[in-house]
Amino acid sequence: MTLALKTEGLACAFPVGKRLIGPPRALLHAVHSTDLRVHTGETLGIVGESGCGKSTLARMLVGLQPPTGGRIEIEGAALDRADPAAFGRRIQYVFQDPVSSLNPRKTIRQILEVPLRHLHGMGRAARAARIDEIFAAVNLRPEFLDRYPHEFSGGQAQRIGIARALAAAARILILDEPVSALDVSVQAQVLNLLADLKAEFGLTYIFISHDLAVVEAVSDRIAVLYFGAVVEEGPATRVFATPRHPYTRLLADSAPQVGRPLGGEGAGELPDPLDPPPGCAFAGRCARATERCTTQTPRLRALEEDHLAACHHPL
Amino acid sequence: MTLFLRLLFRNRLAGFGAVVLGAIVVLAVLTPVLPLHPPNATDTANRFLRPLSEGHWLGTDHLGRDLLSRLLWGTRLSLAVGFAAAVIAAVLGAAIGIVAGYAGGRTDNVTMRGVDMLMAFPYILLALAIVAVLGPGLMNALIAVAVVNIPFFARNIRGVTVSLAHREFVDAARLSGLGHIRILTTEVLPNVVPVIVIAMSTTIGWMILETAGLSFLGLGSQPPQADLGSMLGEARGALITAPHTSVVPGVMILLIVMSINLLGDGVRDALDPRLRSGALARPMPATLVDRPAPPPPTGDGLLRIEGLRTDFRMGKRTGRAVGGVDLALAPGECVGLIGESGSGKSVTALSVMGLVPSPPGVISGGAVRLRGEDLVGAPYARLRALRGNKVAYIFQDPLSTLHPLYTIGEQLAEAIRVHHPVSRADAHARAVQLLDDVRIPNAARRAGAFPHELSGGMRQRVGIAMALANDPDIIIADEPTTALDVTVQAQVLRLLDDLRRSRGLAIVFITHDFGVVAQLCDRVAVMYAGRIVEEGPTEAILAAPAHPYTARLIACVPELGGGRRRLEAIPGLPPAVDALPPGCAFAPRCDRARDACRAGEIALEGATRRVRCLFPVAPPEAAR
Repeated sequence: MTLALKTEGLACAFPVGKRLIGPPRALLHAVHSTDLRVHTGETLGIVGESGCGKSTLARMLVGLQPPTGGRIEIEGAALDRADPAAFGRRIQYVFQDPVSSLNPRKTIRQILEVPLRHLHGMGRAARAARIDEIFAAVNLRPEFLDRYPHEFSGGQAQRIGIARALAAAARILILDEPVSALDVSVQAQVLNLLADLKAEFGLTYIFISHDLAVVEAVSDRIAVLYFGAVVEEGPATRVFATPRHPYTRLLADSAPQVGRPLGGEGAGELPDPLDPPPGCAFAGRCARATERCTTQTPRLRALEEDHLAACHHPL
Repeated sequence: MTLFLRLLFRNRLAGFGAVVLGAIVVLAVLTPVLPLHPPNATDTANRFLRPLSEGHWLGTDHLGRDLLSRLLWGTRLSLAVGFAAAVIAAVLGAAIGIVAGYAGGRTDNVTMRGVDMLMAFPYILLALAIVAVLGPGLMNALIAVAVVNIPFFARNIRGVTVSLAHREFVDAARLSGLGHIRILTTEVLPNVVPVIVIAMSTTIGWMILETAGLSFLGLGSQPPQADLGSMLGEARGALITAPHTSVVPGVMILLIVMSINLLGDGVRDALDPRLRSGALARPMPATLVDRPAPPPPTGDGLLRIEGLRTDFRMGKRTGRAVGGVDLALAPGECVGLIGESGSGKSVTALSVMGLVPSPPGVISGGAVRLRGEDLVGAPYARLRALRGNKVAYIFQDPLSTLHPLYTIGEQLAEAIRVHHPVSRADAHARAVQLLDDVRIPNAARRAGAFPHELSGGMRQRVGIAMALANDPDIIIADEPTTALDVTVQAQVLRLLDDLRRSRGLAIVFITHDFGVVAQLCDRVAVMYAGRIVEEGPTEAILAAPAHPYTARLIACVPELGGGRRRLEAIPGLPPAVDALPPGCAFAPRCDRARDACRAGEIALEGATRRVRCLFPVAPPEAAR
């Protein structure tokens, strides 16, 4: 299998307390040095709670957020940020809030024409034909093309957002919480559509969500993000079934589930990102933590062939 | 456009302004073809003729020039200058504002501080300084007035642009290959134009006044050219002996500025989406009630919702948000109310204490009985005494329900003192105790924290503490954990469960998540399109749902541990509340539907398990 996307040491830090001249007061490390590998045709799920850096990571991958360190390779070639259109043709993004990602003053046709014209330089007739094709692919009726975004429900608007990403003809899609703004009955429709499109066009997905069950249902592999770093990575069938990192176990046990008693033992919150603790960021909430955990940062290492965890005392 | 005009003329004063201004503009445009005296022809023999003199309807001025002719020519000039100044100020100011707001960072800082500096001068001083440098003359006065008004536009537009520049559609445009200039012109600008129009419509009158002011001081139009300001200035010497020479241009200025301002306010109201939706109208303290008669009580219990109907009346359209809900709550019981957005679950909960905003909400039928006392239509004083005291609410987003400027300790103490006459110190001690009860670590110190200093989970605990403050019998929790992370959600759910057992609380728990319902609730009611479609013990319903909607809703939610798979989606969309189909609202999406389902009302039937379906998946009695 070839690599669709690869990151090496990808990191992002935001300056906090900017001063007019001189360095900022502090740096907030949203994403620590991250190595990811995504194979062509694969779906990599990324789960994590709010503030874990998953959206920053996604925005870096599509060039909306300049990384402060590391590099991104797409289909074997390093991405340079000089040409924004080059990003657009290779990798696209589907936004969390479908309605606010569509310009309220443009018709759907105008929205879909932009990538065709500016990324691919298509003529008018070619554009119209391609838009009809894409619209059929996302199961929307062609008469919707001349309406405005506010006339659509969340699920329909998200299909339009997906159609726009398809119009760019990128083979890699970053899906940032694509269904979390939708109702459950509509969520299933959109997830099934994504699966169909993947099979039809041979797409590669990076699927970001906070909903463990959704990620598990769509992914081949899953990476668990905590406090800006990957703490566990492995096949979707095993990450939540047999977690190796205590944080993944906590996540899996916390998900509300029919036929399971209430969890919620063990309090604890995220550490302060401006004053990160030394060692493992999860040590303060972890029952297995030892002195080593509070001094030495664990590295992500392979526990089995394809199952990695960043823990000194894996489960 | 027709909608805009209709909204504009619904406002009578704006319509009046439009008519007056229209008449003035028509006169000004027609001035060159009207049979008037030449405006600058002097005739000193006929100085200071009074109005209604022969040949001079409005009289003459100190040089014997015809006032009517000068007035119309002057109005023409003043309108043109004011309008030109407004357009120049709007274009330049908007350009500065859009660039600064979009670029952000240092560009924004430097530009806007420059604009602030311009604003720090009194406007007339600045205008005088500009005219002093450029020399007097109408063109220079126009430039001065335009420059003076640039900061107003720049600041307004920058504010709007900043909020637009971080919207997702701008990111999407960038990913579609657009450069900065194209994003500014094709994505940002169309969204800013209404704001520019609104700002222009409210400032153009002001600019006409400013131009007139400069001309009055002799710095604008130069003799013999007439504009309204210079006419006033020239008439000043004869204010006492020939007042009409001042009154005539004065009245014209008044008419122009007044009509423009009235029209401008109307334009703003009609264009501003927030004003248009009526969101800024203050809701009433309790939901309006318009019901034929309360239904007879059907039993007793802690809380009984009986045949509750709540409508949203928006103009001619009526949305049936809640269409006849029956639900009973026993002491210490936890009932889950589950449904998708728009199913009426929140409106049902808010109707209990008359918290649905009116307008547009109206309770149009049914009763809500708290220990036998009907709360629908109860006096506001009675509702206020019960709100937070016997029945408390927990909302989804505690950041928007807590006051940002008071510490959480103060807010809790206030909630206690509203219902109980205790001293400040006692209330504070009780507040700290409550924070401790909801397991906030170091409660005494955290009582002094402001809401923004707490994490989402901690804030929701404060929200729960607030609900517990007066030992209510019932807590209505509206999606209290939807905004929280799963690990925090588990903690908050456990806390709620422990509290209800230790205090004997009855809870109505509104959610869209079956997993949460299964872990917390004794009974569950499933809502669809404003009605309960199925109700009964949680375990029984989850094990064998009878209504097809319940069954398919459960099936389409992926469960952890199920592996990679295709989900059982429900086709179609829920119906709109103002276009509900007759019969079963779910029939258009249901694969078991037959003609009978679409024919008429279907009752919610059964004893412990009730279901509103003619062809249930599993017969409810058999499933028990």
